[in-house]
Amino acid sequence: MLRYTLGRLLGAIPTVLLVIVLAFALVRSAPGGPFDAERVVPPATEAQLRAYYNLDAPLPEQFFDYLAGLLRGDFGPSFRYTDQTVSELIASSFPISMLLGSLALLLALLVGVPAGILAALRPNTLTDRLVMALAMSGISIPVFVFAPILVLVFAVHLNWFPAGWSSSGGISRMVLPVVALALPQIAYVARLSRASLIDVLNSDFIRTARAQGLSEASIIRYHALKPAMLPVVSYLGPAVAIVLTGSVIVEEVFGVPGIGQYFVRGALNRDYTLVLGIVIFYAVLIIVANLIVDLVYSWLDPRIRNG
Amino acid sequence: MLIPGLPEHRVVRFSLGLLLVIAVAAVVGPWMSPHDYTAVNFDALKRPPSAEHWFGTDDLGRDLFVRTMMGIRVTLIVAVVASLVSLVIGILYGAIAGLIGGRVDAVMMRLVDALFALPFVFFVILLVVVFDNNFYLVFLAIGVVNWLDMARIVRGQTLSLREREFVDAARLAGVGTPGLIVRHIAPNLIGVVIVYLTLSVPQVILMESFLSFLGLGVQEPQTSLGGLVDIGVSQLETASWILLIPAAALAVILMCFNFLGDGLRDALDARSRAS
Amino acid sequence: MKFKRLMLAVPFALLVLVLSLSGCEQEEAPTEDLSVLNRALNSEPDSLDPQRNRSVQSADVLRDIGEGLLGYAADGKLIPASAESWSVSDDGLVYTFTLRDTLKWSNGDPVTAEHFAFALRRLVDPATAAFYAEQVKMIVNASAITADGEPVDSLGVKALDARTLEIRIDQPTPYMLYLLTHPSTFPVHPDSLQAHGENFTDPGNYVSNGAYRLEGREASSVITLRRNEQFWNADNVAIDQVRWHIVVDEMSEINRYRAGELDMTSTVPSPFFEEARVEFPDELKVAPTLSVYYYGFNVTKPPFKDNLALRQALSMAVDREKLVETITARGELPAYSWVPPGIENYESPVFSYAKLTQEERNKIAKQLYRQAGYSEENPAEIELRYNTSDVHRRIAVSVSSMWSDVLGVETNLINEEFRVLVQNMREREVTQAFRSNWSGDYTDAVTFLGIMAPGATWNLPGYDSAEFGELMESAARQVDLDARRLYLEEAERILLRDHPVLPLYFYVSKQLVKPRVLGRQDNLLNYHYSQYLSLADTEE
Repeated sequence: MLRYTLGRLLGAIPTVLLVIVLAFALVRSAPGGPFDAERVVPPATEAQLRAYYNLDAPLPEQFFDYLAGLLRGDFGPSFRYTDQTVSELIASSFPISMLLGSLALLLALLVGVPAGILAALRPNTLTDRLVMALAMSGISIPVFVFAPILVLVFAVHLNWFPAGWSSSGGISRMVLPVVALALPQIAYVARLSRASLIDVLNSDFIRTARAQGLSEASIIRYHALKPAMLPVVSYLGPAVAIVLTGSVIVEEVFGVPGIGQYFVRGALNRDYTLVLGIVIFYAVLIIVANLIVDLVYSWLDPRIRNG
Repeated sequence: MLIPGLPEHRVVRFSLGLLLVIAVAAVVGPWMSPHDYTAVNFDALKRPPSAEHWFGTDDLGRDLFVRTMMGIRVTLIVAVVASLVSLVIGILYGAIAGLIGGRVDAVMMRLVDALFALPFVFFVILLVVVFDNNFYLVFLAIGVVNWLDMARIVRGQTLSLREREFVDAARLAGVGTPGLIVRHIAPNLIGVVIVYLTLSVPQVILMESFLSFLGLGVQEPQTSLGGLVDIGVSQLETASWILLIPAAALAVILMCFNFLGDGLRDALDARSRAS
Repeated sequence: MKFKRLMLAVPFALLVLVLSLSGCEQEEAPTEDLSVLNRALNSEPDSLDPQRNRSVQSADVLRDIGEGLLGYAADGKLIPASAESWSVSDDGLVYTFTLRDTLKWSNGDPVTAEHFAFALRRLVDPATAAFYAEQVKMIVNASAITADGEPVDSLGVKALDARTLEIRIDQPTPYMLYLLTHPSTFPVHPDSLQAHGENFTDPGNYVSNGAYRLEGREASSVITLRRNEQFWNADNVAIDQVRWHIVVDEMSEINRYRAGELDMTSTVPSPFFEEARVEFPDELKVAPTLSVYYYGFNVTKPPFKDNLALRQALSMAVDREKLVETITARGELPAYSWVPPGIENYESPVFSYAKLTQEERNKIAKQLYRQAGYSEENPAEIELRYNTSDVHRRIAVSVSSMWSDVLGVETNLINEEFRVLVQNMREREVTQAFRSNWSGDYTDAVTFLGIMAPGATWNLPGYDSAEFGELMESAARQVDLDARRLYLEEAERILLRDHPVLPLYFYVSKQLVKPRVLGRQDNLLNYHYSQYLSLADTEE
């Protein structure tokens, strides 16, 4: 297991390098520069700023300087938020995105799995159809439509939750963003659990179990659920990525000071170091999330572990 | 019928029918209305739906029915073109990897694995920023990041097809790799490809509307469903129909494609199990 | 059974993670005995370092935590701040300031004239790479230091003693005193800069000289200020704590205002404005500001190069009244001049057609359009660039529809991201017509007219009129304010005649303010120092 993990981690290095090269090339080929503002800067001042941020060196040199910095764990200074470094910005904003993302995934599992099981146990009944129709709506209504409506109904009209990210509010400020973020995931998880449980229930070994006269309840509990949840577990890897990157919109709508907002602002402000830092950080995160999911999966499914 | 079992599927037939109706409406609708989608009317800003304006007017007094129909047109075109781009790349890449096999295949598939780790949303935003809002390049940007699934599926299919006799026969007859892809591999992939296409179209639609929502979409006075939703969100409190109508159109289209894709996949699975 | 344990373990692990993360979030203890003002900023301030700040948001916060030689009163009048008095030499080139004798930093150290001199030197020092260095280029040697690397000590500022500061400048600058209100000229505490380097603006490190001191800062969320007991005028500062909330989305700002989380918004979004009039009739504050919204014509390239008739026709065909009444609809003033109204000792000339009705203007516009060689069969094709934003989009679509209705012009709208638009405007290669705006930094006409001088950095249309330039230079040489005024007004007349720009409207400031906030006054610059505000005792 340890060798496998180490191998996977080493194998991820070329991927991370690819991400860095691609992101660097893209960011630097975007038109407009970090110092283009409503107040056009006098050329002399701009030259000083460029020198200050080492932007006047040849591009390859800047790239290797940046790489060298990364190896020391230094993401460089932010161009826009000059009081902070990129590492500080990520450190301050990521916990919030992470918190929302984990809550959303938790909600997706707690609601999606039971809903899917419920539907699978009564296939083609009204319950099933209702759950699946709701799930389909969850997948089909874009977050950026759903989120503002949530605000309008639950914050403005009913006044149950704060409308934005109030800096004093506790848990209540997280409810709407988490729900908005979780909704499509609930739908995916429900569909996945249903399809997978139905598959398992139709498989040979369950038929054998039935033939042995086991009660339906114990068949489901002791034999069907575990294999049926394998696809859900393996979906968690991509789901982490989707939830984290998907938080861009939710953070925008609810004014959450999370990492997604910094990314969009960074791209628009040409905050080169900030954009690069976030992309690299995310790529590493996604790789690690997938690795963890694979490890859990192989622990669950002995065929893979031994194979 | 390419995929047997389809006609029995009511939801699929309904979705397909509804999509056709919507597509026809998007083409014909603007002709049926006396309004022009670019005509600003300062005296009729934010009018609710009426006999004069079926869907009401937007924040500049433009007829929302015509604009929604135009938006559907643009959105559908983007979805199809971007999906085709990803399709072509995916098929070529997957088929080449599958046909050549061996080390080349291993390297090509490792690259796909690597690309899967990219934060896609971020890269599309960056691509759009680099392309300076050039809408045609946005198609390309979406297509370019969306081909990975297709490449994997096609490679898998190609690997199994490769062992079949007719491919061997063609190879013996002196048909080269490009010929093999075009004449023998591609036609046999049609079923999978159609299913994949219906499943990827909603993803592309979502991506496009997300970009429009960030203000990185089509140029005014052109519009797309995402662009209409973006405008609608800012008017949500004072004129909710400006959001709700295009949002509903978007949701219905996405739902139809999702149902269609689901149904086709089920049908295809059933066929492959039967064979 | 392993599986059951797992099904319990996954959510449980997530829950533990969530709880531990939410534990990191510091919950602010309710501060009942403090008076707290909650204000909004529409974006994160880049830097609270006075010399390195580059944004209006930073300046807003800095005006609370720092203080310059001069400042503004609640109504926008120039008043003494850290300096209690000053004198100007007869030739207008030497300013001598006397500081108040009770000035202290927030840590109790005395504020001296040398601290102000140090800050000005730091501002022009190329090593600082300050955005606002150019603002003080009239100080002796400032340009040579910034651009040519002359020694920083050669700057024309000197602390004659602990309370006396002398500033020497190159040419008479009637608006010099206004410049010294700007946060980029605020003093910095040299010892803490020395001790903490770039981190001297962090909460805990920041030693400031204003009515408030920095108490806490949560990135992208809130900046908390606390009353500075050492401030010379602390007895007249009423509010104990000011919380500047960073709220980027305009509608969520309104929602938070409604929920009572904010006492003052930073703006009122245009789609909500009509509602606000009904919902908060007494809390909506609208006032003129020193800002013009304009379309520029790139006069260095076709179709606008040497094409005055087309530029005039386009300007006349825009129904500015309709635009401000129906599209912007927040009480903006239609613009028929370049310099906004309200500037002391200045009367803007207006376009020749300002007095005509729109129909009369349209008629002349059509003639001019034909004169320029266009017709229905041969319409002008124009690209209009604007940066991504709801208001800009609505204005661009409206104006292009007016051009099309009146003249038959075919307009290609190009919505660009802000940085891209700025780059294009500066390069003047691809731009034809473009959207921009200009805000005055002080109440003097030069802040508007200066940017249109030949070769000026901010002259985006590429307007190059020797006549205009000479008038501006003549104005700069005048010590007599009335003579200067005549030159400036004549310069604006030339500018309006030549139409390198199409001013659309003058902005207004719009803000929602809770009734419990007292002491706020409308002013042209839209500065509202927290130190002048107080809170009514009765909670709503």
